[in-house]
Amino acid sequence: MKRVFPILAVLTGVLLSYALYEALIAAPTEQTMGDVQRIFYYHVPSAWTAFILFFINFFASIVYLIWRNNKADIVALVTAEVGVVFCTVVLVTGPIWARPVWGIWWTWDLRLTLTLVLWLIYVSYLVLRRFSSSGQTPLLAAVLAVFGALDVPLVYFSIWFFRTQHPQPVIGGGGSIDPRMLHVLLINWLAFSCFAALVCWSRYRLEVLRREVDETLALEALLEPRSPQTRTSPTGSAG
Amino acid sequence: MTYLYAAYIATWVIHIAYLGSLLRRYTRLRNEIAEFKTRIDEKN
Repeated sequence: MKRVFPILAVLTGVLLSYALYEALIAAPTEQTMGDVQRIFYYHVPSAWTAFILFFINFFASIVYLIWRNNKADIVALVTAEVGVVFCTVVLVTGPIWARPVWGIWWTWDLRLTLTLVLWLIYVSYLVLRRFSSSGQTPLLAAVLAVFGALDVPLVYFSIWFFRTQHPQPVIGGGGSIDPRMLHVLLINWLAFSCFAALVCWSRYRLEVLRREVDETLALEALLEPRSPQTRTSPTGSAG
Repeated sequence: MTYLYAAYIATWVIHIAYLGSLLRRYTRLRNEIAEFKTRIDEKN
């Protein structure tokens, strides 16, 4: 496995560079919006990657709730964290595209609002995991993740079932896209998915190491003989 | 083009900031392990 990581890292780097070239240079320019439409090649793949990560988080949380499996708990934590990063990219690139096209940075449209709610749910998930010291934290986080994941299909299908200001889906739902643009979109999605997998892998290894160190330190503290000043007699008095 | 570059730069700033936070956490953990090893060596 140690050899696979650098190979995957190099492949991801090459793929991301190629995807960037395709997005900025090779992809045809959209007639109405012009070059600003190219933001779509970063915005949409980031959203899809975030959705996949949140779904993995959902399944890992279910596994944790049923079997109390620690590896599933780590997978849930890692995918939520990386998912929030990708969701942040979506929430930043969206308004940058909207400003020249709609003339406004933000509107309380259903798709946009639900995406912001999704981001807030997973940020609160991470805050819970970071600041709660209770032994029940993984359990509470798993329950929150299961309810939070309900927002993912709502975000995705909101533009299918409701009339919103957000553009209609480019794949499925009656949408259509130039095949060359679709090719660039899928290349970028593949590149960002590989990048997300690589980051998740690193974060997983870091979390495993973190827990091992915490357990060792806790064990050390338990085994360490108490100093005479703090030692107490069986009756509870000092000395 | 300004908005296009702004979006692409913002994307990579976010990703690099997150990678930086991972690196910082990893360095902190490595220091903790080094301190722990020193403590164990001193005891022995």
